[in-house]
Amino acid sequence: MATVDPALSEKQGEFVTRARVINDFSINVATVNGSGSQSANSVLLKSIFGMGVPVSGKNLFPSNIAGQPTWFLIRASKHGYVARKRDSEILVAMNPETASADVQSLPPGGVVIYEESLNLAQARDDVSFYPVPFDKITATICPIVKLRKLVRNMVYVGVVAQLLAIELDVVESSLRQQFSKKQKVFDMNLGAVKAGFDYAQANITKLDPFFIERMNLTAGRIIIEGNDACAMGAVFAGVTVIAWYPITPSTSVIEATAALLKKLRVTPEGKATFAVIQAEDELAAIGMVLGAGWAGARSMTATSGPGMSLMSEFCGLGYYAEIPGVIINVQRTGPATGMPTRTQQADLLSAAFLSHGDTKHPILLPGSVKECFELTMAAFDLAERMQTPVFVLSDTDMGMNHWMSDPFDYPEKPLDRGKVLSAADVERLDGFARYRDVDGDAIGWRTLPGTKHPKAAYFTRGSGHNDAAKYTENPDEYQAVMDRLARKFENARNWVPAPVVVKDGTSKIGFLAYGTTDCALRESFDQIKQRYGKDADYLRLRAYPFAQAVHDFVASHERVYVVEQNRDAQLASLLKLDLPASQVTKLRSILHYNGLPVDAESITEQFANQEGL
Amino acid sequence: MATVTPSPKVNYIGLPIVDYRGGKSTLCAGCGHNAISERIVDALFEMGVDPERVMKMSGIGCSSKTPAYFLSRSHSFNGVHGRMPATATGAILANHTLTTIGVSGDGDTASIGMGQFVHLMRRNLPMIYIIEDNGVYGLTKGQFSATADLGSKLKTGVVNDLPAIDTCALAIQLGATFVGRSFSGDKKQLLSMLKAGLAHKGTVLLDVISPCVTFNDHEGSTKSYKFMQENDDPINEIGFVPSFEEIAVDYNSGEVYEVEMHDGSNLRLRKLHEDYDPTDKANAVRTLMEAQTNGEILTGVFYINTEQPTFIDLLNVVDQPLGTLPESVTRPSKQAFDALMAELK
Repeated sequence: MATVDPALSEKQGEFVTRARVINDFSINVATVNGSGSQSANSVLLKSIFGMGVPVSGKNLFPSNIAGQPTWFLIRASKHGYVARKRDSEILVAMNPETASADVQSLPPGGVVIYEESLNLAQARDDVSFYPVPFDKITATICPIVKLRKLVRNMVYVGVVAQLLAIELDVVESSLRQQFSKKQKVFDMNLGAVKAGFDYAQANITKLDPFFIERMNLTAGRIIIEGNDACAMGAVFAGVTVIAWYPITPSTSVIEATAALLKKLRVTPEGKATFAVIQAEDELAAIGMVLGAGWAGARSMTATSGPGMSLMSEFCGLGYYAEIPGVIINVQRTGPATGMPTRTQQADLLSAAFLSHGDTKHPILLPGSVKECFELTMAAFDLAERMQTPVFVLSDTDMGMNHWMSDPFDYPEKPLDRGKVLSAADVERLDGFARYRDVDGDAIGWRTLPGTKHPKAAYFTRGSGHNDAAKYTENPDEYQAVMDRLARKFENARNWVPAPVVVKDGTSKIGFLAYGTTDCALRESFDQIKQRYGKDADYLRLRAYPFAQAVHDFVASHERVYVVEQNRDAQLASLLKLDLPASQVTKLRSILHYNGLPVDAESITEQFANQEGL
Repeated sequence: MATVTPSPKVNYIGLPIVDYRGGKSTLCAGCGHNAISERIVDALFEMGVDPERVMKMSGIGCSSKTPAYFLSRSHSFNGVHGRMPATATGAILANHTLTTIGVSGDGDTASIGMGQFVHLMRRNLPMIYIIEDNGVYGLTKGQFSATADLGSKLKTGVVNDLPAIDTCALAIQLGATFVGRSFSGDKKQLLSMLKAGLAHKGTVLLDVISPCVTFNDHEGSTKSYKFMQENDDPINEIGFVPSFEEIAVDYNSGEVYEVEMHDGSNLRLRKLHEDYDPTDKANAVRTLMEAQTNGEILTGVFYINTEQPTFIDLLNVVDQPLGTLPESVTRPSKQAFDALMAELK
């Protein structure tokens, strides 16, 4: 992995023969939340990106406004791995509360950059310690006392840049991007970066082997958070009504959507072509979404686990009365309040069957930020085509972390507004039956309120109804509607985004996964190959209901590992409900559910254990 | 528009009243709700509202069934219990050019739906919100609701020992801009109030006492026909002249509070209580609270504010319904998209 090259230092013999480690390590910045470290970490991450080196960031933050420990992991990977790395080699210890424990978590040969007054150097003898007088440096460059807390973080950006040989020009341009419209703030922060850089250059003797070297693997690529990508998807899907209630980690989906709408969807006369309403709770938010969807709007909400639970009753109504709406659930760690800022994929089962009675919902499962954009757009088309609430399941890791991506593509396909009859259609047909399957696809035609025809109106209800939308308690009429709804859901296997066959060779072993598990699993495949010489096939799921290709994939393998981030094997459970009995015993589970994004090692270890390797 | 010659059988827009009717009611004979449905039909007919440009919204309960019994030509949404405000809000955001009538009950509004009710009032969303208020849960066979008056008695002899929620006082305090109370048995007052409500721009909250003949029409009930007939105390007499009719001046201006409505209609509130000013918010709330303390049942228009912007005004949305904007308007251009991508590099 690391190229053989003597490290710089000759002072400490033990390091002399160590190989350089280039573009393949992780930095853990330990700070206190509310201290403004987010900007500094973002600049550092984008600087590595600017050096052409694949990079990813994971913000492990507390459910708190200020004063609690937070960690930001920045991984540089020449291999392009973007999953969380279990160990970080470099620690920036800015939080006195956690510094000792953070130092203990380093692997041997690691590095600690720390505020010198913390006196950490005695803690271990197998890591390098670089004390930096952050407070003193900050005091010199920032005369305004109340800004020092923020500026102090930029000092470590300079120190890290110098130690890793990140070019100062690159840092400066990342900084300019971060503070594009605020020259004064930019100047002050650049001063801080330079002060840190200069200090390191003059005072630190580099003992460690870690370096960033220029590569050309990020040119033309973008960096974006999943929630921002979902927001773009909503805007380019032509969303018109948004109703929401703030909840971590989904809040930024709506904030980003609203910001984009204000920028892109205001007429020359200054009128909005959208409405965003902060509802009183999630019950109201989903009610507004369905009211708007019923009246013809492309409507959506974004929420997380607890909010989705509150939406349960309305989602049943949406299913049964057949009303479109898009629900983006950025999954967090449950159950109950759980760990609100931590990640999990544990809402799959509850989303699939949300509400009482025989209810089921299509779910789209983006596996990258690019798919957050694409599948959010697809969700609007699908919701209107199927006339039903459609879920997009993202997670904290996807939604609130920085991800590299190829640029998104402008949608070429026109919007699919589904089956809506105009007044002229109603006239031509001499009326219509709202829930009648006239086309054989199990989807009826609807009209929108305000359709100017005496026969255009119908009565929407959550109570028993027949295919003409009339109230019924007649067993046959009730069951006919329920059976049609089942057929519609069955048909949706072909309408939802198809799964992606990532690898389908000749292996007897298959893997199934979705969402953020993908990036760790891809890295795990390399580990499995290197360590055990084994290949495995892989199908990445992108939607529920499952396409026939999912059944075929399971059928063509001897054993299939389902990798997911929850305790109860929710995806495997959903598959077991769907697969023929003969296939069910092939499924095995690899699970990760401690609130941290899954890492490759965890998958590789569990796989090896189960395979007896 | 209306070039049709007025005739006794058709209204201002040339439609006969039959075009405003609904399906046959399945409620109990004599239920106050049926009378309210009839008044809604009359009001929309007399105001010349196009039934194809009306949305009927409701929650769950006897009251919420009634949209099936009027205006069959209008789209209707019978949602979940207590959540009519949310579906109505969404529908209005999608199409604010339609007339929206929400029908709810005292349980649907003042208990399970209280959270949504208060927020709808606060937003001053343009719609008419009718509470068909009988003080009991009918479909579950006669439990008290939160609007049952303190001391009122169920048929079983159970006495209500909790104070009633006054939805009108709440609505005024929270921001509704047309608030009144009526009685399903008072045809004239209810019809005038509904017509004025149709002319108002903003949230119209009408609490209509509507006796439940099966569970709450006995001696000891304060929501019975008998009790209302004996105790109904109108605070004003409502005279309403729609914009398309000529105003005849036949009153002494000192006795009448006159309101110019948004659509050019004229609302005249003849004072029955000394110097009651329906634009004085604090006084309106105080009057209602005092009446409740004294066990008096006030009806009439308690509060009106024609100046307050609606939620739609605040959103500053385009004139066309958001729900039917074309793709050319709702999907930003490739140029805009490329600019966003460039910022992310």
